[in-house]
Amino acid sequence: MDKVIAFPMMGNYYIPANYLFSKISDCKIMLAPKITSKTIELGAKNSPDFLCTPFKYTLGTYIECLENGANILIQMGGGCRYGYYYELQEKILSDLGYEFKYYNLVSKGHTDIKKIYNIMKEINPNLKKIRSLYHLLVTIKMVKFMDYIDNYIRENKAYEVNKGEFDETLNSMLDELKNVNGYMNLRKIIKKYKKKIKNIKINKPDNNIKIGIIGELYTLMEPFANNNIEETLINYGVEIKRFTNVTYLLFEKCKKSKKYLKKLNNIKYKMGADAMDNIYYTKYLIDNNYDGIIHIKSSFCTPEIGSMGIINKMCEENNMPVLFMSMDANTSSVGFETRIEAFYDMIEMRKKNE
Amino acid sequence: MNKCYLGVDIGSISTKGVIIDEKFNILSSNYIWTLGNPIDAVKKLISTLSIPENYKLCGIGTTGSARKLIGLMLGANVVKNEIMAHAVGTLSFYKNARTILEIGGQDSKIIILNNGVITDYAMNTLCAAGTGSFLSSQSKRIGVDINDFGEMALKSKNPVKIAARCTVFAESDLIHKAQLGYKKEDIVAGLCKSVVLNYLNNVGKGKKIFEPIVFQGGVSKNKGVVKYFNEVLNTNVIVDDNSHLMGAIGIAILSSQGESKELSLNINDIKFETKGFECKGCSNNCEIVKIFKDDKLIDSFGNKCEKGVKLK
Repeated sequence: MDKVIAFPMMGNYYIPANYLFSKISDCKIMLAPKITSKTIELGAKNSPDFLCTPFKYTLGTYIECLENGANILIQMGGGCRYGYYYELQEKILSDLGYEFKYYNLVSKGHTDIKKIYNIMKEINPNLKKIRSLYHLLVTIKMVKFMDYIDNYIRENKAYEVNKGEFDETLNSMLDELKNVNGYMNLRKIIKKYKKKIKNIKINKPDNNIKIGIIGELYTLMEPFANNNIEETLINYGVEIKRFTNVTYLLFEKCKKSKKYLKKLNNIKYKMGADAMDNIYYTKYLIDNNYDGIIHIKSSFCTPEIGSMGIINKMCEENNMPVLFMSMDANTSSVGFETRIEAFYDMIEMRKKNE
Repeated sequence: MNKCYLGVDIGSISTKGVIIDEKFNILSSNYIWTLGNPIDAVKKLISTLSIPENYKLCGIGTTGSARKLIGLMLGANVVKNEIMAHAVGTLSFYKNARTILEIGGQDSKIIILNNGVITDYAMNTLCAAGTGSFLSSQSKRIGVDINDFGEMALKSKNPVKIAARCTVFAESDLIHKAQLGYKKEDIVAGLCKSVVLNYLNNVGKGKKIFEPIVFQGGVSKNKGVVKYFNEVLNTNVIVDDNSHLMGAIGIAILSSQGESKELSLNINDIKFETKGFECKGCSNNCEIVKIFKDDKLIDSFGNKCEKGVKLK
């Protein structure tokens, strides 16, 4: 039987993941279909109701992939309930009668290269150490570059002179990244698009509205899960700051979060997942004169529920507008749009009267 | 010729319309039930509003949950969310208002103001607990007309305690107490009180409520609810005679500040139709709504991706 690998979808990160697995495994790779309402329907139907939404999204993706013939599933656990997705999803999927192997690459939010290597060795016994390390480094470089470009787009897209130029550049960049075959090739693409993206004409006013988006990682990074909040804000003409991305979570969090904790005098310990990080980001956004903060999470996200009270208090003390949004499998977009539009209008009104 | 402006607030339960002049005086107004059909409701509303002689219509604004659809239908120059509309409407009458409590049919919100600027707001979550629709469905259950609800509540000397946190619990509490033989007015009063507590617990949670407090929305016409707001907040909340129209007044004012164009109100002979269909471009199955004016497509919404049929 052919080995077919599948992994969950989150934003555009399937491109580096696809690169890595195609180079270091001897399996076929199945790219999961984009997340749609069918995905979440399948996931919600087979999940306990009170579980957080990323569980439902990833479970739905797995079912879609298994139906299409995948038989090896990859998951990455985080430092909260996400860390236990692996056990429960494996149980649910085998109860549904699927036959598959299920691997958890990252457990409890710690990236352990040795463990990942051992798992990959199990999948592909012919794996060579040096070779896989090389491809891993290329993947990391690709992820970091994608996050760099995304950050730049978030800050500037609202002010592009020729509408659609950023989207066009991003899409052609992603197309080229899909065909990367090694380090030299990737370096060329990076050089080309760093230059290209900086050359896009923008017209940013001095007193533009700047909003920081913080919250739970999956809901932040998968546009379908957050009703495409970034695009909505960009259409209003807002500059967006988002801290959470894969670069941070996998490669920087370990070091940086210790530093963050030291800088906060109202928190003494980490509160699970990204709760403490989000409290630090709140402080950062307040100190750097941002105009508002939007905190989004999936319903029942326990670490973020813990952080919300503290964030609310910090914002109140510093007269900073903050909007809390809880997303679940069936958030209708009408109520969502009303709240975002009102938040933007409020900030605009405050700014005019400053 | 003097200028005048039309504001329409189409909520889930009721449709409100006002025509104001440049000094924001109300020239004509009406309040009717939406009955699940915003297009017909607006046609009916417009036919009852009249523009006085010597006035010409220079702006139309729409707000409320059907604002997009009705905005298209009327050719509105301003389409805005309810929070802005309520704040602007209230501030034009009460310049130093600090808190707006608003309870409508499906939504309830709190708006905090400071020096005429919105500084904070909150809306209920997507559950309609403690809103007008809860009160009206319970009034049917106990057989009291919703218009008599407030007066009846005022007669009670001993309101029953009804759980305030969640509508489902409130309802089972209510049935239980009714079966124990409590007087109807005590139950009605208990319901009004539970709406107030529910609102303050859910929507007003964590917000500092400063005076002057203005209470509006359809539920503000219920004297029982007003009484318990006064009691619980230990103050006198302001209820304007036009409290149910504030959203419509606000959006009319906003339309006067928008780009003006000459508009007419002859929509009765025009046929409006919305047709929904599912896009089969991907498994998202976006429900796309197309709006036709006299069988001509004027706009569509609901599409989530570039794959969807571009209809314009």
